[in-house]
Amino acid sequence: MPTTMITIMIDDFLIRAIVAGLGIAAVAGPLGCFVVWRRMAYFGDTMAHSGLLGVAIGLFFSVNLVLGVFVACMAVAFLLVFLQRARGLATDTLLGILAHSALSLGLVVISFMPSVRVDLMGYLFGDILAVSMMDIFLIYSVAALSLLCLGFIWNQLLALTVHAHLAAAEGIPTKTLHIVFMLLIAGLIAAAMKIVGILLITSLLIIPAAAARPFARSPERMAVIAALIGALAVMMGLLVSLQLDTPSGPSIVVAAAILFGFSMIFSAVRRPGSV
Amino acid sequence: MVSHKEISQPLISAHDIDVDIGSKKILDGAHLDINTGEIVTLIGPNGAGKTTLVKVILGLLTPGHGVVKRKSGLRIGYVPQQFTIDPLIPLNVNRLMTLTVKATRAAVQQALATTGVSHLIDQSVSSLSGGEQQRVLLARALLREPDLLILDEPVQGVDFSGQVALYQLISDIRQQRGCAILMISHDLHIVMAQSDRVICLNAHVCCEGHPQEVGNNPEYIKMFGNKAAQTLGLYAHHHDHNHD
Repeated sequence: MPTTMITIMIDDFLIRAIVAGLGIAAVAGPLGCFVVWRRMAYFGDTMAHSGLLGVAIGLFFSVNLVLGVFVACMAVAFLLVFLQRARGLATDTLLGILAHSALSLGLVVISFMPSVRVDLMGYLFGDILAVSMMDIFLIYSVAALSLLCLGFIWNQLLALTVHAHLAAAEGIPTKTLHIVFMLLIAGLIAAAMKIVGILLITSLLIIPAAAARPFARSPERMAVIAALIGALAVMMGLLVSLQLDTPSGPSIVVAAAILFGFSMIFSAVRRPGSV
Repeated sequence: MVSHKEISQPLISAHDIDVDIGSKKILDGAHLDINTGEIVTLIGPNGAGKTTLVKVILGLLTPGHGVVKRKSGLRIGYVPQQFTIDPLIPLNVNRLMTLTVKATRAAVQQALATTGVSHLIDQSVSSLSGGEQQRVLLARALLREPDLLILDEPVQGVDFSGQVALYQLISDIRQQRGCAILMISHDLHIVMAQSDRVICLNAHVCCEGHPQEVGNNPEYIKMFGNKAAQTLGLYAHHHDHNHD
């Protein structure tokens, strides 16, 4: 009996989208704090851009698109690490090359498949109508697994973030942690594709974390506050999206940006002169 | 007999260390031994490979050639060069101290008291001054109860009177705990008088010995010039005078 009740309640696409979005925000908050602390915003962005290549490959080989996105993100992340070791070009140049090449390659590959109907806007900017119960199940599986993993490595990842050499000298397995961190980001990008879209997922990592900083006095609190701000942005954005028929991803990002603005004002009022 | 042998065994012994980065030889046959309880200062011009040698000793960098032997069970406390924390990370001193070791608040407080900064335990790390930060990092390294402390430019970003006090503190720590200390420094004139041994590095070891011996060594004078050697002499004299 309760199961049917839940099914009825959730059997509305807005509620499905909100439930899915809250799952994303719960992971994006804590993970986003590390992205902000480690100054990896553009790294995350590059991984997300390569998500479209994953969509294309997934369609081409008829495999699960979420899996395709995850694999493409990790492949580009490893390619970047490899190119960084080669010491040819600066990292921001490499990021620019990889992000846009992967995105363009994805678009080109998709254009070769005229028989496949692709809702490109949906993949790039999110589509709340597309969220199914299966997606919710997937998002919450990824979210639970990611949070569990993040909780397990939290202190070590924090030590690595504070000072990489010091952490390594004290026996922290920094290389393994870095790979696990990339896996978590790739997992989030793949899971969040339908809600915010691959082009905007990094903003859900960065904006709530940045907005949380003035309210936080410990790393853990910042992570929780970031998740709450992300959740608020998801709800505000999706309601507006339904009301005004705007794309869901951009609406969520605008909501997050407004919340970030309030956070800036709060921190300026509390400590005049020091923003 | 065996136990005697263990005591005399150096804590760390590195030999024939080569490190190349690209086509540049950063270290070329460098060697370094550190014995129980001694203060060793590593000096040398910029780019001489001082920090690289420390990274090899810490195991952060695998040398292209050479062997590093550590005494089994050796505990190292490390204070890196240029520790800057992003103000976006909300971290207090207590949390910084216990990032990689488990310790009670009382133990953290005690370690901080050793370096005279126990009042900073709840302060945000990014709000510390240069001198406070170095004392906190030193306390953090001591919390690991090290047999060897490795300090890379420990007085960087600290004002002059703070530097003198910090060196005194380092010397006191050795006296109280009997741990060996490896220091990297540019500050030739203050450091050397408190060191048991000075090693002058420029890709390889140019000269080493007691501070005054090194100060008079022609290799050293060639590298740093006459003025540096004279400064050293002056300070050593000043130090003797203080003890009288």
